Amino acid sequence: MNSVLESAITDCHPASVPDYLPVAQLRDMQLKRMQAVVARAWQQVKLFRSRMDERGLEPAHIRSLEDVAKLPFTVKNDLRDTYPSGLFASPMKDVVRLHASSGTTGKPIVVAYTKEDVDVWTSVVVRCLAGCGLHRGDIIQIAYGYGLFTGGLGAHYGAEALGAAVIPASGGNADRQIMLMKDFGVTAMCCTPTYFLHLIDRAAELGVDLRELPLRAGVFGAEPWTDSMRKRVESASNIEAFDIYGLTEIIGPGVGCECRQHRGLHIFEDHFYPEIIDPETGDSVPDGTEGELVLTTLSKQAMPMIRYRTRDITRILPGTCDCGRTMRRIARIGRRSDDMLIIRGVNVFPSQVEAALLEIEGTLPHYQIILTRAQGLDQMEVQVEVTPQMFNDKIGALQGLQAKIQSALDHVLGIRVKVALVEAFSIQRSEGKAKRVIDRRTV
Amino acid sequence: MKIHQLSLFVENKPGHTAAPARLLANEGIDIRALSLADTEQFGIVRMIVSDWQRAAEILKSRGYVANTTEVLAVEVPDRPGGMADVLVALDGSGMNIEYMYAFPYPRGDQAILIFRFNDPDAAISRLQTAGINVLAGHELMER
Repeated sequence: MNSVLESAITDCHPASVPDYLPVAQLRDMQLKRMQAVVARAWQQVKLFRSRMDERGLEPAHIRSLEDVAKLPFTVKNDLRDTYPSGLFASPMKDVVRLHASSGTTGKPIVVAYTKEDVDVWTSVVVRCLAGCGLHRGDIIQIAYGYGLFTGGLGAHYGAEALGAAVIPASGGNADRQIMLMKDFGVTAMCCTPTYFLHLIDRAAELGVDLRELPLRAGVFGAEPWTDSMRKRVESASNIEAFDIYGLTEIIGPGVGCECRQHRGLHIFEDHFYPEIIDPETGDSVPDGTEGELVLTTLSKQAMPMIRYRTRDITRILPGTCDCGRTMRRIARIGRRSDDMLIIRGVNVFPSQVEAALLEIEGTLPHYQIILTRAQGLDQMEVQVEVTPQMFNDKIGALQGLQAKIQSALDHVLGIRVKVALVEAFSIQRSEGKAKRVIDRRTV
Repeated sequence: MKIHQLSLFVENKPGHTAAPARLLANEGIDIRALSLADTEQFGIVRMIVSDWQRAAEILKSRGYVANTTEVLAVEVPDRPGGMADVLVALDGSGMNIEYMYAFPYPRGDQAILIFRFNDPDAAISRLQTAGINVLAGHELMER
């Protein structure tokens, strides 16, 4: 059997049909949907209308997919500035759900969904999970927070529509999570990768060997993670780890996901149109070139997003995937354009700190970067949580570990940083996502 | 002969040692001996408690990173030279003391030395050969 046919039989669901659309047909569908969504936003959303007017543009000017580049961008602040409902394109009577982004200060970013939007969202999550090889008969535990955060409910609706048995554990209470995983023979976990690392730690303490459970897949998202983290997670738990991508502003989890080839994340292009731009100039760059991911929602009703700047840095992978899906793929997102820290003139990304920590035996990437300024000079402190695996009751051993982390960071970052060992769980987490950077530098 | 000692990682900040101590006190766990090894930034609380298994479980359930280590408790006369005699007995044995701490009995004329050796079994036989009393866990708790 050829591999495409094999994958279509094993990691599909009836909802996965669009995954395999012939490219010409897909482009045609994208254009029609693009024209419709631009018209809808133009008619219903004042901010978008005024930006189109400034450019002398009307929906009729969109005659090909290339014309997308003429459209104005939408940025995160547009959602804040129009709080609560300035970007809604549907009246409240048609809205069935609201969600809001987590972990930001001040006004939240609120998004709305019609019934049709929730159905689209559910269908893309089904396609993600099916692509991870999950199906009816699987027992899926969802440890993303349920509530305003999109993670919990988004994954939940998809997993249920897939036909799996769903355990809506929500975030927190690791002991209970492990008990449920063990007692119900959970086969897949949906959570943030750092939360899963924490479950690995705690299971070891409780004497539960995750490798001996029926657990075989992890669908991890809501924060960037690295390939070294994937290796660590897979070897400690004997699962296949998948990267799922999404953001509240676009729909939530399910914008894209890895398939079993693990060569990038397929974007569900029939609903989300991807472009890569140069973050400095805003110009489009060709497939294969790294830049900022920009997404347009092609079918959203309640809150269409036109050319939303995600701040996520990636590239569109050229060529086709061995799984047979025609949906284009993006490379794993390792960093965000607004993640970059400039410390004493040197560019530093939090993902580099994670990679350095994972190089050291026994350490986990539970860390936080604290930036301060002393005598006009930037100071960077990396706080690392001491896990049971790292702990040793000899001072010398802990100091040795501290020195090892220090030298790994100096080596990777090229600047001198201070390393501090801190107590487990002392780093604040929101929705299971650790806040990575605290910038206390004042100008 | 070997005694279970509980070790706990704490940050060197006000209140960070008090919180776990209070937690154990509330659960009725008696701390028989305690030593604090500290650096500028963090410390290790080492303690001998009345019920080490339960104490470890309580601390872990509250998110503390704690482990248990086997140490030796040696009884010596509480007088000048009491400790020196023990150390002399170990001299030349090639045995390495990882760390030690001492505490006196509330009554009586004896003191207790707690040792962590790289090879506790070899240390036990060496000490016993020298006529030094190595206490069992229950003996330590009964006194």
